[in-house]
Amino acid sequence: MKNQNLNINQEYKYGFTTDIESIKAPKGLSEESIKFISNIKKEPSWMLDWRLKAFKRLKTLKEPNWQKPKYPKIDYQDLYYYSAPKSSSNKPKSLDEIDPKIIETYKKLGIPLVEQQRLNGIAVDAVFDSVSVATTFKEELTKKGIIFCSISEAIQKHPELVKKYIGSVIPLSDHYFATLNSAVFTDGSFVYIPPNTRCPMELSTYFRINASETGQFERTLIIADKGSYVSYLEGCTAPMRDENQLHAANVELIALDDAEIKYSTVQNWYPGDKDGVGGIYNFVTKRGICKGKNSKISWTQVETGSAITWKYPSCILQGDNSVGEFYSIAITNNHQKADTGTKMIHLGKNTKSKIISKGISAGFADNTYRGLVDINEKATNSRNYTQCDSLLMGNKCGAHTVPYIKNKNSTSTIEHEATTTKINEEQLYYCNQRGLDQEEAVSLIVNGFCKEVLQQLPMEFAVEAQKLVAISLEGSVG
Amino acid sequence: MLNIKNLKVSVENKLILNDLNLKINPGEVHAIMGPNGSGKSTLANVLSGKKGYEIQGEILFDELNINDISVEERAQKGIFLAFQYPVEIPGVNTNVFLRTSLNSIRKSKGEKELDTLNFLKLIKEKAKELGIDEKFLSRQLNVGFSGGEKKKNEILQMKLLQPKLSILDETDSGLDIDALKIVADGVNSYKKKDNAFLIITHYQRLLDYIKPDFIHVLSKGKIVKTGSAELALELEKSGYKNL
Repeated sequence: MKNQNLNINQEYKYGFTTDIESIKAPKGLSEESIKFISNIKKEPSWMLDWRLKAFKRLKTLKEPNWQKPKYPKIDYQDLYYYSAPKSSSNKPKSLDEIDPKIIETYKKLGIPLVEQQRLNGIAVDAVFDSVSVATTFKEELTKKGIIFCSISEAIQKHPELVKKYIGSVIPLSDHYFATLNSAVFTDGSFVYIPPNTRCPMELSTYFRINASETGQFERTLIIADKGSYVSYLEGCTAPMRDENQLHAANVELIALDDAEIKYSTVQNWYPGDKDGVGGIYNFVTKRGICKGKNSKISWTQVETGSAITWKYPSCILQGDNSVGEFYSIAITNNHQKADTGTKMIHLGKNTKSKIISKGISAGFADNTYRGLVDINEKATNSRNYTQCDSLLMGNKCGAHTVPYIKNKNSTSTIEHEATTTKINEEQLYYCNQRGLDQEEAVSLIVNGFCKEVLQQLPMEFAVEAQKLVAISLEGSVG
Repeated sequence: MLNIKNLKVSVENKLILNDLNLKINPGEVHAIMGPNGSGKSTLANVLSGKKGYEIQGEILFDELNINDISVEERAQKGIFLAFQYPVEIPGVNTNVFLRTSLNSIRKSKGEKELDTLNFLKLIKEKAKELGIDEKFLSRQLNVGFSGGEKKKNEILQMKLLQPKLSILDETDSGLDIDALKIVADGVNSYKKKDNAFLIITHYQRLLDYIKPDFIHVLSKGKIVKTGSAELALELEKSGYKNL
């Protein structure tokens, strides 16, 4: 825990560090560190073999560089791939055994883990650096046959499910960061919803990066069996540091016949300071497959943090009549950069996809929507609707829209609409004349601009997200 | 309440208002008439504090020089402008906008903010007074509103925010006779001894329904004539060109 270099920055209120002893893997990327991770997690040998296979594959892959935001070369040998609070090395069996400092950290973040303060109707899995430290409401969910636990626990207790589905949506060899994740992933959430079950509460994971010089490699796997429904939400924060930290997650969703998964993200990693020093590199692979007929996967993301956000939550629409949705708000301020969007791969007949993307750029930031709509020959009578709106604040920021559209049959239709606007002086004047100050006015106008996406969020989080939208843009209009 | 002294306003070195003087006392209704391009809307904008104007002279509001005070502070002090072209704000519910606005003003006065429930009660009452359908309140602010609906919305906001000085900038333009009556009723029912109106209009029509205490004729950036309500009728007959 050296080299903290914390900055004083009023606007990012989650920038504190928890001073806690941690256990780390040997520095650098090697078979040794992978074995260390697998061993400390007491994984079965098939899991280690899988990791090592990924590592072997990784050596043949190159980091992609087609993205708009460029970044300095990452020294993968200078990172820790595993860091966990010492107290959780033998995973606590109950909440009473968790280090009070960690409970305090989550309390500060507004995520109470302690029984009596729990959020109503929301089960939380809390991931601290590389390990899951607590999962709430477990018993209640178990009664319904729902499995909600850390992926580490699932590997031990539900190996048949993990073995069957891990890597089935994002294959080992997919691309550099996804393969890196497969080799060194540490923790994340596992969800299984049994057939014909509607998950009675929101499931949520809260990711916290605490240790420095550490990469976070989250792995999440969600399986919705036939006729089931689940709504899942993740939130993320990190301390303020001068260094850039890597968060390379893999998230896989599987929806079987008539199942629905709603996955929401509120990403608020440390964005770096006003001059673009520090911040998280958020290089994430999220992909869902609508494997069964009439299944549905809906991604909603509110991306306000990170120095660079680079992700395309995607849907493979394999089952006939399946539906994929992507609702996104990406806000970049100061020197933040985002290159985000989605891929909708239509394979089944009568498949539908909808993409609503709202990009907001302020300061010196750069915001790119990049998306692929690919309708296969066999995906007859399929439809896509895409709407990409960009809002610019000031004249030093940028917005870009890069849609890739492939339609391989004649019965399908694709619609694409895109707009770019500057925040309107007349709107601001009108709001000011009604007594709103500049920041209230910006917040109101931007929230209006994002409304279609915000209303997709579970209600408990919509209000928080609205506030976050306003905070992210503070000081952006002079 | 309002005291404008030797006001000169120019935009990009072009003089628009030239040595304008006007005093408005509580309880008074003033109308400003004048041909297109005489500077009527500029006056409304300058009084509200809109940026982009070079200003000389003094604008006193409740004895305080407000030349350097921001738009929102003026609004909080009780200056309200009913816009000639109310702005659309997509995605923002009329209700939410009105509540944010009311609470900003209440906050500035150190009053407690209204919660959603109490606000809804209040706004529904005000809407009813003006004969405005409740459904209107849950629509996006001014988006897809007809000209008449936009203007009614301005009057609704005026009645909600209870300003000391209400400036109506050509609120009558583009209104059919029914909408015009609603607007006029709104103004007349809000008229009290401690607030005042400045009504900017091109036509005499609105003044059939709202009786001003004074009429000023603005021409080439100056008030060239001031009179009582009868002056409007005169102007309607002979036009502005004889002035």
